[in-house]
Amino acid sequence: MTPGARHIVRFKPYQRWMHFVLFTSFLGLATTGLPLLFSHRAWAHTLSHALGGIQAAGIAHRFFASLLLLLFAGHLAELAWRLVVGKNHGLLWGPSSMIPQPRDAVQFWQHLMWFAGKADRPRFDRYTYWEKFDYWAVFWGMIIIGGSGLLLWFPQFFASWSLPGWIYNVATVLHGEEALLATGFIFTIHFFNSHFRPEKFPMDMVMFTGQVTEAELRRERPAEYERLVAEGKLDRLATPAAPVWLSRGGRVIGAAAVALGLVLLVFIIAGTFQ
Amino acid sequence: MSARFAFGTGTVVVCLLLAAAGSAAAQAPAAPVAPANDDCLACHGDSTATRANGSSVAVAADVLGKSVHGALPCVSCHADLAKTTEWPHPEKLQPAACGTCHGQEGSNYADSVHGRAVAKSGLAVAPRCGTCHGTHDIQRRSNPDSSVHRAKIAGTCTTCHQGIEPLYAKSVHAQPLGPGGSAAAVCSDCHTAHRIQRGDTDTWRLSVIEECGTCHLGRISSYRDNFHGQRTALGSARTATCSDCHDHHVILPASNPASTVSPQNLVNTCRQCHAQATAAFVKYDPHADKHDPARSAPVYWTYRLMQVLLIGVFAFFGVHTLLWFPRSFKARREQRAAAAAGEDTVS
Repeated sequence: MTPGARHIVRFKPYQRWMHFVLFTSFLGLATTGLPLLFSHRAWAHTLSHALGGIQAAGIAHRFFASLLLLLFAGHLAELAWRLVVGKNHGLLWGPSSMIPQPRDAVQFWQHLMWFAGKADRPRFDRYTYWEKFDYWAVFWGMIIIGGSGLLLWFPQFFASWSLPGWIYNVATVLHGEEALLATGFIFTIHFFNSHFRPEKFPMDMVMFTGQVTEAELRRERPAEYERLVAEGKLDRLATPAAPVWLSRGGRVIGAAAVALGLVLLVFIIAGTFQ
Repeated sequence: MSARFAFGTGTVVVCLLLAAAGSAAAQAPAAPVAPANDDCLACHGDSTATRANGSSVAVAADVLGKSVHGALPCVSCHADLAKTTEWPHPEKLQPAACGTCHGQEGSNYADSVHGRAVAKSGLAVAPRCGTCHGTHDIQRRSNPDSSVHRAKIAGTCTTCHQGIEPLYAKSVHAQPLGPGGSAAAVCSDCHTAHRIQRGDTDTWRLSVIEECGTCHLGRISSYRDNFHGQRTALGSARTATCSDCHDHHVILPASNPASTVSPQNLVNTCRQCHAQATAAFVKYDPHADKHDPARSAPVYWTYRLMQVLLIGVFAFFGVHTLLWFPRSFKARREQRAAAAAGEDTVS
């Protein structure tokens, strides 16, 4: 086996499962929620009827919402555990942290210069600035959409806390606009950054197989690669190529998810600019 | 035959003549000749003409003449008389089939609660065309004398719907609006003229939103922007429509303490659906307008903030992506060239 054909573990199974649950519930929420947001459009009528009526769509929406909120709570618990019990302070700062750092601003600028052909590609580490943006967009989205969604789900309960009723008006607008931002962002920017840009097209499989080739890691994330080599960790992360059923299954599921996202994107654009 | 009719003496003579003519025609079979209006008025023009039970069958020639149908032959509506050979004709005639000419109105009526009451339930007292429009005195609704003129509609409908009259009379809709002196909204504005539905059906509750919206333009657009309106737009009737909050006939402005949407009554009104509604809960505005800072400042500013965020994020990453795309193509070509040269391996 040539070293360049080695595969390196990038995401653990639970991280890949979390991404799977995240995108299935996200697509479920988008499919069942967008008809309400675009209730004045003919496609919304058709879609909500196809889903069994707005009553059934509402129940499904709450199911996916519960799933996603559970996932989010699980993620927060995991972070707290790693930080407090595991004393993993690399979560807060350093190459594997999701916290934006000065290096990200520098690499953003370098990336723009690389677009213009005036600099070398930035030497990215484990997480790039756009991946951090993706992460925090989802994080913030969970708080805004999840919080406003719970308010709208249990208005009488929250009113018993004497929350003024106009909070639900604000929650309605916030929930819908943030949902437009989240779906619009995922179905265009995230799809492009992760799947559609020519280097990755048609799909980046890393979230399904959990691995990248050593060559790809070296090319895309040289800082991480060299760090792993220097720390002697690279060999421990080496893994056999993913089984065929996993890469094929991942491709089918991923393609279906991307296709559904693109269909919804067409609906959103038609609904917004009609 | 004369036992069935009680006409004035002059009329009886004419009728006997007509009967003789009829029997003569029967003896020498020939195509029946449709009677001219004058033939009909020969009997019915007598103001004292009655049925056996004493009810009048008189038709005032001048009233018929001024009607919008005045120029039509009697047999256009009383079609079964066009071919009759028996004079005087039987007392029981087919009802006038207005739908023969007024097809759309006819089919709308047939589908309405009035039409179904007649056709399906056999309710003899249910209104037919003539109940609202009159029979021989039919006038255009633009004619102030017409029973279906805006100013007279409420009176016409409450002839039967008597219990509604005092309720409607209290409503803001019963107040005259503008120089015409007609009420702000009359029965047919909300219930339509012919496609009238039961008020407790989902079809009605969903359709009335558009009826209210034809006048209350700002209210319907803000309603549609809010949760109740979004759900009803998708066909869910398990959500408040206009009449659920504003009542149907006693519609009063919120400033009136008796109104269902007055501050005093709002909690009870919302509790029809939200059993635990409180004073805080009912500060929800079902007509919050994200474009109107005066009405809904928090909603307006939330919307503005989110618009800035949306436009900002999409503009920023849109440009980022457009710049990345061509460079990514180049990187892909370089990558392939390197792989072909066998360089893309770790030494």
